[in-house]
Amino acid sequence: MQKISSVIAMLLVLNIVAAQPKQQVPIQLPKGFTSNIVANDLGRVRHIAVNSNGDLYMKLDRLVNGKGIYRLRDKNKDGIMEDTLAFGNYTGTGIAINKGYLYATSDQTIYRYKLDANQNIINPDQPEIVVDGLLNKRQHASKSITFDKVGNLYVNIGAPSNVCQEQDRQKGSPGLTPCPILENAGGIWQFSTTKTNQTLNDGIRYATGMRNALGIDWNNEVNDLYVTIHGRDMLYQYFPEMYDQKRGAEMPSETFYRVKKGDDCGWPYIHWDHFQNKKILNPEYGGDGKKEGAPNAIDPLVGFPGHMAPNALLIYSGNQFPERYKNGAFIAFHGSWNRTPEPQEGFYVVFVPMKNGVPTGKWEVFADGFSGMSPVTNLSAAKHRPTGLAQGEDGSIYVSDDKAGYVWKISYNK
Amino acid sequence: MSIKISILGLGLILISTCSMAQTSAQGKSKQMLNGKKVYDIYCQACHQADGNGVPRLNPPLAGTVYVTGSKTRMIDIVLKGLSDPLEINGEEYNNPMAAHDFLTDQQIADVLTYIRNSFGNKAGVVTVAEVKKQRAKK
Repeated sequence: MQKISSVIAMLLVLNIVAAQPKQQVPIQLPKGFTSNIVANDLGRVRHIAVNSNGDLYMKLDRLVNGKGIYRLRDKNKDGIMEDTLAFGNYTGTGIAINKGYLYATSDQTIYRYKLDANQNIINPDQPEIVVDGLLNKRQHASKSITFDKVGNLYVNIGAPSNVCQEQDRQKGSPGLTPCPILENAGGIWQFSTTKTNQTLNDGIRYATGMRNALGIDWNNEVNDLYVTIHGRDMLYQYFPEMYDQKRGAEMPSETFYRVKKGDDCGWPYIHWDHFQNKKILNPEYGGDGKKEGAPNAIDPLVGFPGHMAPNALLIYSGNQFPERYKNGAFIAFHGSWNRTPEPQEGFYVVFVPMKNGVPTGKWEVFADGFSGMSPVTNLSAAKHRPTGLAQGEDGSIYVSDDKAGYVWKISYNK
Repeated sequence: MSIKISILGLGLILISTCSMAQTSAQGKSKQMLNGKKVYDIYCQACHQADGNGVPRLNPPLAGTVYVTGSKTRMIDIVLKGLSDPLEINGEEYNNPMAAHDFLTDQQIADVLTYIRNSFGNKAGVVTVAEVKKQRAKK
């Protein structure tokens, strides 16, 4: 009898524990920083945005209860965002707040919602269409967005391709020169925010040669665009005679660029090699692993280990974190899949110290532990995958996860 | 006499059935071994070592009727690749799969047998003849 009641007691305890989904995995941070979970179990939370009043907006890539945008608000100012508003019947990745509007993207359309003086959305069911008909061939279709200070919107139009071969992802298929994809994808397009119902032709191709610049942010310190780009796949699988398994797992670099109008980052002709610090000609275009290419393409600021998937970029402009973080870059790495059978890598948020728009030191892991395991041998077992970043008015930063739908708030406690 | 012969005949049938079963079991385990080798080189990068694929990108091979169901559909996917939108268990997968028609009939039979009997799947073997027949239809 005693045994039974202790079993029942244990079950009750288990039940209580199970009812608290928060803090599944411990997040490791530098000394003085703390994290707490502000959202959970919202599924595929992609990019996020925080409004001046503290509202957290999340763009979902899978509808939850039929809605694709969730807003959390701390109505009674007790530090817990207990109030939920859900709207938007489309999936997608991009979300940002700019000059009195909330912008959100599906994989082909950029929408916006007017905010009133109390930061409420005036008509959540009738957004304006800012740009429509952006290329969506499903591969690299996420439309991430940012804004400059003079009313322009920048959107990543990813290339629906690995490396612009005649036959995409076909071993032995040659690369196309010139790559026709670059005409309407594989770059960043700039649009005006003063017009609605625009199409691709209303924008300008601001920069090109980018396979998928999912991380995108405007650096207000130096007034330039910064992006993080997902590098190509399958160097080892297509060219085992040039790249062994380990090298194929490390290569090519994931890249972080400062981008000016008209710049070319070199895709699909080259990839960046952070061991040689060179632009190496892709084998589909005659490369042998050593030959350089695309002399007119710009170099990245940083080359990271391969396949870690830099899904979000945030140039930190807050005052809460110690001085060395100011104007530096946080990058959320989703975590790799194509390092198999080597352990997967990433699943963390990185910091690149910067001043005057250029790195002042080596990149470092800032927030780690999201996968809940080390090493990650099977991607499917990773608990969380960092996907979005946002900065709050108080200088805290937020990290989203599109595996289990969590959002963490990271703060510095002096 | 006639009884003896029929007993002998029955015995022969039994023996031959047993040896056939043995041969096919051996054949299957050989196919599984060789199939894993093909899988590791050509499939694992996308579909992962545990057959669970990659969310949003590469579909799982575990627990789906695409794998345990029609053999001809599966053979066709290997031979011709697949770039149509694909939804499995409520998830959409967006990366195209290249045609793998450069693999031999034997390699395709082996790797499909391996996939149909790994990652928790339990389905029948795929024979060289079945692959050959499907390839000829192209």
